[in-house]
Amino acid sequence: MENTATLLREQIQAILTSRWQAAFLMEKEAKSETLLSVVGEIPRGALTEIAGPVSSGRTSLLYSLLATVSSKQEFCTLLDVADTFDPESAAAAGVRLSQILWVRCAGNAEHALKAADMLAQAGGFGLVAIDLGDTSEKVVHRIPLAVWFRLRHAVENTRTALIVVGQRIHAHSCSVLKIQLNRSRALWRGQLPGCLLDGFEATAHYIRDHQTQERRFTIFR
Amino acid sequence: MFACLYTPGNLPLLVECARHFSPLIEETSLDTVVFDIRGLRRIYGTPEQIASEIQRRIGIAANLAIASNPDAAIHAARGICGVTILPTGSEAAILAPLPPYLLGGSPEFARTLDLWGIRTFGELAGLPPLGVAARLGEEGTYMQQLARGAGHRQLRHRVDPLVFRHQQDLEDSIDLLEPLLFLLSRILNELCERLRFHGRFTNEIRLRLQLERTSDHTVTLRLPVPMLDSSVLLKLLQLELSDRPPQAPIEKIELELMPVDPRTTQHSLFLPSSPQPEKLEITLARIRGMVGAANVGAAELMDTYRPDAFRMGPLMALKREAFLLHPKLILRRFRPPCPAQVWCADQGKPTRIFSSKGGGAVVAWGGPWRTSGDWWASERWDRQEWDVEIQSVGVSRIYQDYVQRQWFIEGNYD
Repeated sequence: MENTATLLREQIQAILTSRWQAAFLMEKEAKSETLLSVVGEIPRGALTEIAGPVSSGRTSLLYSLLATVSSKQEFCTLLDVADTFDPESAAAAGVRLSQILWVRCAGNAEHALKAADMLAQAGGFGLVAIDLGDTSEKVVHRIPLAVWFRLRHAVENTRTALIVVGQRIHAHSCSVLKIQLNRSRALWRGQLPGCLLDGFEATAHYIRDHQTQERRFTIFR
Repeated sequence: MFACLYTPGNLPLLVECARHFSPLIEETSLDTVVFDIRGLRRIYGTPEQIASEIQRRIGIAANLAIASNPDAAIHAARGICGVTILPTGSEAAILAPLPPYLLGGSPEFARTLDLWGIRTFGELAGLPPLGVAARLGEEGTYMQQLARGAGHRQLRHRVDPLVFRHQQDLEDSIDLLEPLLFLLSRILNELCERLRFHGRFTNEIRLRLQLERTSDHTVTLRLPVPMLDSSVLLKLLQLELSDRPPQAPIEKIELELMPVDPRTTQHSLFLPSSPQPEKLEITLARIRGMVGAANVGAAELMDTYRPDAFRMGPLMALKREAFLLHPKLILRRFRPPCPAQVWCADQGKPTRIFSSKGGGAVVAWGGPWRTSGDWWASERWDRQEWDVEIQSVGVSRIYQDYVQRQWFIEGNYD
C-alpha cells in the first residue's frame, strides 16, 4: 500500500513538474539541493566531512544541520560512536528529537559505519550523521578508503546528506565538501569571580573543489 | 425463518450446533440459542426437514422451534417440548396455551396479569389493544404483540473475536533455523491472507516454540505501524531468531498475529518522503541486532531536573516549523562521566584538572551552580557544576559529586 502511494506520488510529481516546477523536487535535481548552514551550503546526496579539535564548534554545526533538516519534517539519523549525544543541548539548539534516530554504538566505529550504510540504502532520511568526534584517531585512521567510497555511493542520487564528524579529515576524495574547524577563543561574560561561558569564536575552512574559503562564526549559548 | 434451541445448562453445545447451520447466532440466555435459518430450504428442504437435521446434529434431547420471527421461536422452544414448527400466520394459535411468565416483562406487569386472571398467551392476545395500551402502557402493547407471535426484531448477533493463530505439531523436531523459517513462511502467508480477507493488518507477532525437555521459547515483536506484508514479518522473525535462537529442538510451533485496523496515511505532494515503514523496521531490526535494542530510537526528554535524563521512544514526525540557522553551544557528554582530579584554590575555585581525557591549568571558569534532587530515593543526586576552560584542551563542564564525594568531567562544550 505504501509502495503504491509512493509510486503514485512520483507519477503525479512527474506530470505536474512541467507546470509547477518550483513546487516539486525531482530525483535528478537532488544533487543541486543543499542545506543552509552558518559556514556555507552543505550538499545533499554527497559525503561531507566536518573536522576539528575539541571545542571547535563541530558538534554545534552538526546539531544546527540536524535542526535545519528536522524542522522540514524530515527524519535524520545520528550514529553516535562514543555515545556523546546530549538530548537536552540538542533540543535547546532546535533539534526535533522525535525525528532523530539515535543509534548508540558504544565505541564501536564499525557498527556505526555498517548502520550508516544500511540506513542510506533504506532511504527516506534527510541527513545521516556519523559522529566520530571522540573516537580514537588510530581507530578512524584504520577505516579503509573502500568504506568511504561505499558510503558515498549509497547516498548518491538521493536527498540524503551524509555527514561525518571527526577530529581530522579521513575520507579524502570521497567527500565532496570538507569543513575544517578551529577554535579561536572562548567567550566569557562578566568578570571573575562569577563569569559565564557565553560561547566560542570559531574559524571554518570550507574546502570544496580544491578551493578553500575561510569563514568565521560565533557560537552562542 | 428462525430456529431456537432450548435445553438447560448446555449452552456451548447449542452454540456449536447453531454454528453448523448459520453464522448469525444470538445467545439469548444461558439455555437458549436462536439462529437464522433463512436460505437453508435449498440445502435441507422444508422446515420439518431442517428441524430433523438440527435434531440429528445436536444429538441430545432439546426443545426446538422454528418460526418466522425470533421471539415466537423462543417462546415455543421454552414452552413446548420436542420439535415445534410455527407456520406463518398460525403463531398465535400455537402459542395460545403457553403461560404468560414466558414473556418475561417486569414483576409489576406479571402481577397485573395475575390480578386480571390472565393465565395464557391466548388470553392476553385476546384483550382489546387500546385497553391494554391505556392500562399497561408501552410494555403491555409489546407483550401482547409477543403473545400473538407477532414480534419483529433483529437478532443480536454473537460476534466471535477474530483470532489469527496457527498451531503446528511437528512429527520430527526441528533444530535448525532454516527449516523453521520455511514453516513460518507458510504459516505467515496463510495468516496474512486471512487478515487481508477480513480487511485487517497486524501490529504484533507472537511466536511460541515448544522445545524438547525445556521451557518454551517465546518471541513477541511489536511493530511501530500496522503491516500485512508476510515477507517483512518473516524477515523480522528471522532477525529476532538469529539474535536469540531457541536453545533446544522445536516440537511445536504456535504463531499468532494480533489484528488491528489498516494503516491509513495521507501523503502530501509538498513534503519530503519519509522512510518506508516496512523497510525501516527491517533496517532497525538489523541495527538492533548489532548495537542492542536499548541503543536505538528517538530520545525523549524526561520531566525532571536530573542531568542527562532521557528515555528512548519511537520516531515521530512533527509539524513543520521555522529553524535556528545559527549554531548553539552544545555539550558532548561523557557516558559515564569521566572521574577527574581537581585542585582548587580559595573559595573552591578549580585551578588545575587531571583526568584520562586530558588535563591542564584552568584559565577561565564560570560557576558554581548547585543542583540536587530525589533526596528521598536511592538514586539521589547532589552536585556543584563549573564551566572551565582548560589550557590547550578546550572548555568543559565539571562537577563535584557530593554523594560520591568525587570530581567528574561531564563533557566538553563543542
